[in-house]
Amino acid sequence: MTGSSHPVPVVEAQGVKVSFGAVRALAGVDLVIRQGECVGLVGHNGAGKSTIVNVINGGLSPHDGTLSYEGEAPGRYGINSARGHGIRCVFQELSLCPNLTVIENMRVMHRALSGWGWRSRAAAAIKGKLDEIFPGHRIDRSRAVGDLSIAERQMVEIATAFADVGQKPKLVILDEPTSSLDASLAEQLLAHIRAYVAGGGSIIFISHILGEVLSTATRIVVMKDGRVVADRPASEFTQQKLVQAMGSVVAEKRDARAVRAATSTAPVLSLPLRRGRGLPFKAFPGEIVGLAGLSGHGQTDMLVDLYLSRSGNWLQRRKPEVAFVAGDRGYNGTFPLWSILKNMSVASLGDLSRATFVDEQHEAELGDEWKRKIEVRTQDMENGILSLSGGNQQKVLFARALAARAPIVLMDDPMRGVDIGTKQEVYDILRSEAENGCTFIWYSTEMEEVCICDRVYVFNAGAIVAELAGNDINEENILAASFTEAVIGEAVA
Amino acid sequence: MNALRSLSARPWIWSFVATAIVWLVTIMFTGGASAAGLSQAAFTFAAFSVIVGIGQMFVITLGPGNIDLSVPAMITLSGTVALKLMDVDNSLILPGLAVAIGLGVAVGIGNFAFIKLLRIPPIIATLSMSFIVQSMAIWTNRGIRVKPPAMLADFTTSTIWGIPNIAIAAFVLSAIAWVLLQKTVYGRWISAIGQSIPAARMAGIPVDGVRLATYVLCAVLASICGYLLASFSGGAALNMGSEYLLMSIAVVVIGGTAVAGGDSNVPGIWGASLFLFLVVSMLNTYGLGAGIRLVMTGVIIIAVIMVAGGRKRGRS
Repeated sequence: MTGSSHPVPVVEAQGVKVSFGAVRALAGVDLVIRQGECVGLVGHNGAGKSTIVNVINGGLSPHDGTLSYEGEAPGRYGINSARGHGIRCVFQELSLCPNLTVIENMRVMHRALSGWGWRSRAAAAIKGKLDEIFPGHRIDRSRAVGDLSIAERQMVEIATAFADVGQKPKLVILDEPTSSLDASLAEQLLAHIRAYVAGGGSIIFISHILGEVLSTATRIVVMKDGRVVADRPASEFTQQKLVQAMGSVVAEKRDARAVRAATSTAPVLSLPLRRGRGLPFKAFPGEIVGLAGLSGHGQTDMLVDLYLSRSGNWLQRRKPEVAFVAGDRGYNGTFPLWSILKNMSVASLGDLSRATFVDEQHEAELGDEWKRKIEVRTQDMENGILSLSGGNQQKVLFARALAARAPIVLMDDPMRGVDIGTKQEVYDILRSEAENGCTFIWYSTEMEEVCICDRVYVFNAGAIVAELAGNDINEENILAASFTEAVIGEAVA
Repeated sequence: MNALRSLSARPWIWSFVATAIVWLVTIMFTGGASAAGLSQAAFTFAAFSVIVGIGQMFVITLGPGNIDLSVPAMITLSGTVALKLMDVDNSLILPGLAVAIGLGVAVGIGNFAFIKLLRIPPIIATLSMSFIVQSMAIWTNRGIRVKPPAMLADFTTSTIWGIPNIAIAAFVLSAIAWVLLQKTVYGRWISAIGQSIPAARMAGIPVDGVRLATYVLCAVLASICGYLLASFSGGAALNMGSEYLLMSIAVVVIGGTAVAGGDSNVPGIWGASLFLFLVVSMLNTYGLGAGIRLVMTGVIIIAVIMVAGGRKRGRS
């Protein structure tokens, strides 16, 4: 059973396009997965890896283009149709039910486990797979998944996907499967993948750890901005070439703003080492400091901790020290019941009130001023905040932070889902505010934005692992630094 | 027509409509004989629910999970302690009120200390607090019924131009509450916290300070209610607060305050309080037994909530 004896590919996607509102997630992707190959899928956050995977497993319908399983187009897109063709998925965000036991979770994923005695059949199947993939594991199958450690949960999820109950899996999609496994478990998994592929199975392997991809994949597909930019056998890549293929050098470097001589002045902000590792953090007045690295490596946590430690939880400070622009609007950004105006003014109520009474006329004036400045597209600031598009809601959050007149503004990847026009407007506002002495600390998952910053800290596993400034800020350096591990207790630089 | 439509979009209008219907039905049965008496009684008894209900409304506005179940015990404790302290002496009326308010502040702080320091959900924390408070009331009272000072008893039971004094007091308190909610920074803050605690915190709102103030406010309003209720009914009794547990929550819900938090409503509290009193008197007038009366009360409350809940949520 080799690829050549089975010319029909397991999955074939042609010209697949998907967009979410103004954001184009996939701009015409062709991807073919044949039998007996492990395709490594790499690219930045937001390159479209997860989106194409969701199209293949039936979670998303392509807005344009075609998809076929084993040569036939599915009558209806959907998870069931994909599973019917033997496609299984292991997600990055674990998708097991935490209140059910390992065995019960098997039943959820495998409908074939029905009728009398499904428990014992499920128990045997999951035990067999776990023993096969992770020999020496000590997972109790009758425990609730929520009681297992995150690594054990990941192992169960992987074993569940590979389990053969009534129907053999033909294509297993692994999205960051090793992110919560330690080195030895990861090696066991990679060995299993190689054996599985040699036996004729297919794998889509997504990982940010390039070494793993190079050693395991037979073919590597590089994605960028919703397109496939390289698709070649793994043997033709090296780590260096892979990084180059993933990154685009920013078209034109901004007129090299001299690295601020600000280092001579006192920093407005300095933090000790995060978790006792890596480098210390400093920010100087009028600086735009970028936080880079792979998503979920502690950037947001640092911003939130910074904010909480510098604002009162019991009493409000007279002058706000910090302001925050949320990236996850629904979680810590907007107030859904309120008007645009109230959402905007909430952080500046101290300025707008006399003897605790809100001066509504003053508030309306402030609203009009910022509406003009950042061009919020609405007829009336009294309209509900949810009447605005995502990008405009984001502008309101920017206005909220800037109107608070805090000397430090923290930004938690605020450009997620914002279209390019709005981005340009906001970049200009940032520049002019920074020239007025405001300090911005900006976490972004977009390389272009990080490259606008004056100085960049790169995060890995909760700690700062590198500091880049001036012309050293480029995609290659940032990517390379993202994969370095922090040294424990490194001397303060 | 337009005015009618904008009026029907107000969440509080339904409790007033229901009140008017129940009032008319009751008056029709008695042939109009008791219209004035019934209205006066309704305003007097509704006033107590209004005072407690406003406090509960502030707490519920803080968002899902926030509720104060120590309200009935607070009413009993402040009534007993204040009356015992005043000891029928007219000159101690104001000190008595001050002590009642002081007790409210202490219990409010205690409630939030349980919630915050011990990380207990409000429903459990305030319920535990209510056992402590009720025990304190039993310990102070020891079964003796102290009469209120004559002046205070007079004040609480008399009327000005036909309007009960108690209702006027409740009206003043609700006007203050309305201003607090609509016009001040504090009002903005509790509405923001009710919509999203993380968003409120990251917008610079001192979340824990505001929550503490709100639990204290609720306990203080309950203790004022206890003070007035004990004076009105000629002495404190250990079960005097018990009916206000359900009542304080029911008037908030029927009055159109969002149970999910963030959106409160003062006028609705009045409508709901009058309505709940009138339903009971209507069923009494019709001479129904106690069992049927309770069942009917429950059914009518559910019906009103369904009608009021069917409308689109008015958002401001």
